[in-house]
Amino acid sequence: MDIPYTIEARPDTGLYNAKLGIWLFLASEVMLFGALFSTYILLRVGAPEGYWPHGWLNIPVGTVNTIVLITSSITTVMAWASCKMNQFGRFKLFHACTLCLALTFVGIKSYEYHDKFVHYEITLKDGKIADGHLVKRTADEVIITGHYVEDRKELFDLRAANAPREHHELTIPRAQIAKMENYGPWHSTYLAIYFTLTGLHALHVIGGAIVIGFLWGPGSKLWKTDPERFTNRIEVSGLFWHFVDLVWIFLFPVLYLL
Amino acid sequence: MQASTHAISHPHLHEAHHEEAGFWSKYVFSTDHKIIGIQYGFTALCFLFFGFCLMLMMRWQIAHPGEPVPLVGLLLERLLGSVAAKGIVSNDLYNSFGAMHGTIMVFLAIVPLAFGAFGNYLVPLQIGAPDMAFPRVNMASYQFYVLGGVVMFFSFFIPGGAAQAGWTSYPPLAVAVPTEGQTFWLVGMVLLITSSLLGAVNFIATVIQLRAPGMTWMRLPFFVWAQFVTAFLLLLAFPPLEAAGILQLMDKVAHTSFFLPTGLAVGGNLANISGGGSPLLWQHLFWFLAHPEVYVLILPAMGIVAEIIANNTRKPLWGYKSLVYSVLTIGFLSFIVWAHHMYLTGMGTRIATFFQTTTMIISIPSVIILSCMFISLWGGSIRFNTPMLFVMAFLPMFGIGGLTGLPLGFSYSDLHLHDTYYVIAHFHYIVAPGTIFALFAGIYFWFPKATGRMMSEFWGQVHFWPSLIFMNLIFQPMFAQGMAGMLRRMADGGASYSMAKVPDAIGGLSPHMMGLHTYILWAAVGLALAQIPFIINFFWSIDNGKLAGSDNPWCSTTLEWQTPTPPPHGNFDKAPQVYRGPYEYSVPGHAKDFTPQNEPD
Repeated sequence: MDIPYTIEARPDTGLYNAKLGIWLFLASEVMLFGALFSTYILLRVGAPEGYWPHGWLNIPVGTVNTIVLITSSITTVMAWASCKMNQFGRFKLFHACTLCLALTFVGIKSYEYHDKFVHYEITLKDGKIADGHLVKRTADEVIITGHYVEDRKELFDLRAANAPREHHELTIPRAQIAKMENYGPWHSTYLAIYFTLTGLHALHVIGGAIVIGFLWGPGSKLWKTDPERFTNRIEVSGLFWHFVDLVWIFLFPVLYLL
Repeated sequence: MQASTHAISHPHLHEAHHEEAGFWSKYVFSTDHKIIGIQYGFTALCFLFFGFCLMLMMRWQIAHPGEPVPLVGLLLERLLGSVAAKGIVSNDLYNSFGAMHGTIMVFLAIVPLAFGAFGNYLVPLQIGAPDMAFPRVNMASYQFYVLGGVVMFFSFFIPGGAAQAGWTSYPPLAVAVPTEGQTFWLVGMVLLITSSLLGAVNFIATVIQLRAPGMTWMRLPFFVWAQFVTAFLLLLAFPPLEAAGILQLMDKVAHTSFFLPTGLAVGGNLANISGGGSPLLWQHLFWFLAHPEVYVLILPAMGIVAEIIANNTRKPLWGYKSLVYSVLTIGFLSFIVWAHHMYLTGMGTRIATFFQTTTMIISIPSVIILSCMFISLWGGSIRFNTPMLFVMAFLPMFGIGGLTGLPLGFSYSDLHLHDTYYVIAHFHYIVAPGTIFALFAGIYFWFPKATGRMMSEFWGQVHFWPSLIFMNLIFQPMFAQGMAGMLRRMADGGASYSMAKVPDAIGGLSPHMMGLHTYILWAAVGLALAQIPFIINFFWSIDNGKLAGSDNPWCSTTLEWQTPTPPPHGNFDKAPQVYRGPYEYSVPGHAKDFTPQNEPD
């Protein structure tokens, strides 16, 4: 006996096995990201008044990345539709676009990560705080482009009317520095959940891109022998890709806009 | 090992065996659900034994604090180093053993045995499918499980030893312990969760997609229903723990503060962290998994019990539909009772009220299931073989475990009982003489299907009776100790807490309560000895047991008994057609007292 419904749909459920499988997997993914979004909510409502960051992320960059991912979802659908219409060449073209867009997304995300890792908050021994991006670091001094603030609270809401906006090149002798910490996940719970959520999402993007890349490259040989099974694989991997896209549609407003 | 004439009459069966070349592809990298089921079963039984050994050493330490462990003390010191200096279980080592006993028993022993082993072996057979829907995913599920187990096991031998913060791993303690055991625990958990996830997707897809023609939902054996609901619990409840595990891993490795509050002091010094996290958040995420997990532990056991009761009473299960709807209700409700583990965390009385209510509601379907099983016995001509004895013991033992849970479900009585030995007694009654007895019953019952030979009936009874007696001797005194106020997790068994050495102290535990530790220790040793007949019987019977004589030695109705023994690759010689419900025993007017599901009218 062979396993039934690997390619054709079971009449009473209307699904082939892998399609049901991926939907079940996505249900568990909803619970995974749901737990992380709940964590975001609880950390945010638990933060003391005025200490939840606003405006720390670059909205235009985030918008571009959102458009990149949505476009990649469109090319994914087009790739699947091309298979259904028996146009293998068009499939290759559309999924090549998907792969490029996926790489673009990861590239832009790495740029954003880098921007956070070179961003330092430096507490001076006199209690003042210097905040800005690292320019140069020597044994005696640290040079950043940024500004001084008296109260740490001023750093949190960059959208406020009185937020420090002017950036100067500041040279700070090492001897004056009490504590120097970059904007990594350890810096605050906001950055912790930001890096965790976007990092896990980026892993999903990379994983999805590897699968799509395989189906685009060596895996596409299956088209010649079993086009229907191949089309199903494109559909199933596409469903995953749309889910990854959808997660970002939630991540973008939650982390960048709210 | 062709035990039956039926199997030999099908020559292509032998061809199927010839196709599987080599030991490695047949037994290690197999995609056959039956082999994977046996792999799961064997590995899980090893972990069950290992977890039990940890418990024996802990019981020694509790009864004789600070004395070297007899027999294995020196071995412990050589393997683990300073934490077991002079063969004494130190407090740190006790904490590791406690944390790992819970973790191993739940995640590496019972769930893989109940779900991975029995589910994998039986579900495709019982629904008339040739295999699981995704055989390679199934293999990956087992491999992730083994990997998770290896990480957990290896963590005993790293500097500082295994995780020490309990199987619940509450932060800030879990993060603040300076050794790396917790990191291993978290990595191991992420691997085990991945394994469960792959298994759960596979089970659900299999039951929905691969039921044989005629196998409608209401003709599924109750065991399949139980596994089906269990798979949904694993699918939806485990990801939040995976999320929580990732967050705690971030706390541990990337020094974030998800679960670490502002102003946390460790060892008297302010911790160098950003703060702002919530320890309560971990508990919510953890118990959101871990309460459904309790049902993951019990539902497959109930499925096994239902099959064996119907078979050995020779009559249909009483209230099949009630059982099905109850198990579905339990599955749904189990997602909204989690915070009854958290009454004492200060989350607030209003939330506690909500969770008390849902907790009382979920006891209703549980009672319905148990009642149906008891009523199923009524008027039956019961065959008292070993599997049936274990099942008959399951019913009252699970009843004790369930009923003693009610006082823990109310926040006012939980104030007194929380974190005492009463809690330990309560959930062990459900899992140890409950689930594990059902699993033993399942092993005795389905052994002839997997091997073609029966396990010894005499040695089965020698295994059963002492096990039943010692289980009760171990856990019954703990109710008394708990109600007297003895707390869990104390390395000296509460000796310093009892204030035995403080003259005229008021409120300390009585010497009588402390003395019960000694009885429990020797009962545990007795339980260990009672498992020897099982282990010998199990291995001896594989090659030397009495031949089963037919493919259906218990005269059962369900489809797994209507295949050759052991079932070949692909399970059925020809695709089965199902004509009737799963429990048509003693149908009036029929020549036999059982009518298999695939027998036409």
